[in-house]
Amino acid sequence: MSIEVLLVEDSPGDVRLTTEAFRDANRMIHLHVASDGVEALAFLRNEGIYIDAPRPQFILLDLNLPKMDGREVLAHIKGDESLKTIPTIILTTSTAEEDIMRSYELQANCYLSKPVQLDEFEGVVKSINDFWLTMAKLPQPRRNI
Amino acid sequence: MSIEVLLVEDSPGDVRLTQEAFREANSLIRLHVASDGFEAMAFLRHEGIHADAPRPDFILLDLNLPKMDGREVLAHIKNDESLKTIPTIILTTSHAEEDIVSSYQAHANCYLSKPVQLAAFEDVVKSINDFWLTRAKLTQRRLDE
Repeated sequence: MSIEVLLVEDSPGDVRLTTEAFRDANRMIHLHVASDGVEALAFLRNEGIYIDAPRPQFILLDLNLPKMDGREVLAHIKGDESLKTIPTIILTTSTAEEDIMRSYELQANCYLSKPVQLDEFEGVVKSINDFWLTMAKLPQPRRNI
Repeated sequence: MSIEVLLVEDSPGDVRLTQEAFREANSLIRLHVASDGFEAMAFLRHEGIHADAPRPDFILLDLNLPKMDGREVLAHIKNDESLKTIPTIILTTSHAEEDIVSSYQAHANCYLSKPVQLAAFEDVVKSINDFWLTRAKLTQRRLDE
């Protein structure tokens, strides 16, 4: 069974790096990409072209996004009874204490900063796979509502 | 600087194994132990003998505890404006889907099940250290604590 992951990221370069790093780390992962916050929520709510989108087992969310930023997306996810159980990990270039604090206040499951160096970036993706997809227990995917 | 971790666990055997595994994984970790839910809340709120307790960087919480169980402790932590930003990881023998879902609903940052085998238990502790204390960004402790 594949593992459905939603990556919310507007930088095509980072999308590509993340896709490649997950492919190396775990072939079971099926990475879906939303490039802004509005698209992310449409995916999660199966709206419009996302009517058949799977419920992701976990979400990687950038903070700085066009249209609706990651903080707002996070607040929507964690304020929604159905979506709040999906582990949502912030993956952003920001290392500002204010962003870290605000994300945990909004009930982000975890905050990771995106390293600039390629090999470190691959290390972060591998650690997400090793911890969240191997060690952690996630809620079972349910049939879409 | 030391890393303050609060372990909320009533089994003396599990406390000892966790202490030994963390000692091997990271000598900077200072593990504080609360053996029931009341003691955990007193520690976090600096009450009674815990007046000088440090604010933990991170909490490991068992679900089945005497006096006040882990579900209730989790709800108190995640509804408290000051405490909610402390990453709280459920570490329990339960594999029940209901416990996994309700923990994420109550905004547990992560859910891990405690393996019975010693080597597997050590791997879990090591993975917590590798991911949460090495990769993840945690909120900074404030000096007023």
